Amino acid sequence: MSACISLDDLTVAYERHPAVHHVSGCFEAGSLTAIVGPNGAGKSTLVKAIVGMLRPVKGHVDRKALPAAAIGYLPQAAEVDRTFPLTVLDTVAMGAWTRIGALGGMSRKQLQQAHEALVAVGLEGFGHRLIGSLSAGQFQRVLFARLLLQDASVIILDEPFNAIDARTTRDLLDLVRRWHGEGRTVIAVLHDLEQVRQHFPSTLLLARETIAWGDTRSVLTQENLRRARNMAEDWDDQSEVCEERRRA
Amino acid sequence: MMLYHALFEPFVEFGFMRRALVACMALGLGSGLVGVLLMLRRMSLVGDAMSHAVLPGAAIGFLVAGLSLPAMGLGGLIAGLAVALLSGLVSRFTAQREDASFASFYLTSLAAGVLIVSLRGSNIDLLHVLFGTILAIDDAALYLVGSIASITLLLLALIYRPLVLECFDPGFLRAVGGKGSLYHILFLLLVVLNLVAGFQALGTLMAVGLMMLPATVARFWARSLPGLMLVAILVAMLSGFIGLIVSYHLGVASGPSIVLTASTLYIFSLIFSPQGVVRRLFPKPHLSR
Repeated sequence: MSACISLDDLTVAYERHPAVHHVSGCFEAGSLTAIVGPNGAGKSTLVKAIVGMLRPVKGHVDRKALPAAAIGYLPQAAEVDRTFPLTVLDTVAMGAWTRIGALGGMSRKQLQQAHEALVAVGLEGFGHRLIGSLSAGQFQRVLFARLLLQDASVIILDEPFNAIDARTTRDLLDLVRRWHGEGRTVIAVLHDLEQVRQHFPSTLLLARETIAWGDTRSVLTQENLRRARNMAEDWDDQSEVCEERRRA
Repeated sequence: MMLYHALFEPFVEFGFMRRALVACMALGLGSGLVGVLLMLRRMSLVGDAMSHAVLPGAAIGFLVAGLSLPAMGLGGLIAGLAVALLSGLVSRFTAQREDASFASFYLTSLAAGVLIVSLRGSNIDLLHVLFGTILAIDDAALYLVGSIASITLLLLALIYRPLVLECFDPGFLRAVGGKGSLYHILFLLLVVLNLVAGFQALGTLMAVGLMMLPATVARFWARSLPGLMLVAILVAMLSGFIGLIVSYHLGVASGPSIVLTASTLYIFSLIFSPQGVVRRLFPKPHLSR
């Protein structure tokens, strides 16, 4: 049900400074990949380029003609306005956007699916609560329910477990494994290396460029991690602007 | 009888009061809605800046056609949109933040507007442009305000879902292929349209008053988005009604009366609403034995 996403010499700029350089490789169909790296390694930038939110300065992302609807994206927590006066159910229902668009109504079946998604993330009966009243963990569960409703074949998570309690992390990791079991391609930006070693078969170690990409055990070696750290520390933030201006 | 005399007689007796009331109701409907969304998008000050930006266009309209609302409205619409788009572009292509570029643009506009009006008009004309003349509203102006309220309702109904999504989680909307900036521009168009409607009643300086104050009041009383919108509309309409009555009986200017009524409701909410000062200082006692 899913397809491979390949990157070809991908260079992406953030705020007009190139943040990720010459990344080439492939997220296999049905793979479960963690993207790790030091702060400022360009992980989120890379993910945004894969989703199609940032246009590459050089190279390209080949989504194998996957429509936007086939990609489920979970933004970093800071990019979502958690104080917005929306109900939990309305938030989950946004997952149906690719089917109903701006004007279509939710069918009875889709509403039912939204309720089921809430049950699956352990928030049964929360539908009419406002998202502003939820804890960070509960809110993240809501966003995962939205992903469930989206039913995408490729799921991309940007720091899904940041500042989330242990129990929620465990429950949501179960969902990630379930998606993997269903043959979906899952890509997650993560910090906790122990978590990555335990649950993610493949890893992309990034520090402005690819340090290593492949089987998690062979990627997360002391040597590779040290190289990633050095790379990030040596980086000049004011590096020259790589030809093109940032995407308007 | 007293109540009738105080509240309804002015509108029964005088056509200009009736027209003003209808204009305020229409204005409250559109501005209340737009105001809530402006507040939620954290663009309150942008609304303020845009209202000033309307001025030079209105002033050019005045220069060409005198005190005619259609001409001044059209000029204001063009100027407001131009400033909105320009400052959007400036912040997109330079390191300037959007609010800073808005401030620069609206100061320029305000100065240019006042200069243009003073080229031809008297100080009285300038006062009309700056502070509005709702009691002198004519049929053409009434139709304009009514049409703008109708357009606002229709367009908001159409773009409600993506607009909310764009505000709440812009990354998600872009990821699923939604045209976020299209909805942003349509929304800015609505803001400018409602400012043009408000500027006949309240003048360019206070047109944003019936947008932001009701929205802020609503934040004290309602939690859900539909609730916020309903309260904001009611507050805007009530402010119009009470403001007109006060200005009639006390013989004071109508625009400021309307805005001050909204301010009074704001201060009342600040003190007495469930999230207000009184509840903060004297919280309900916790359950205790």
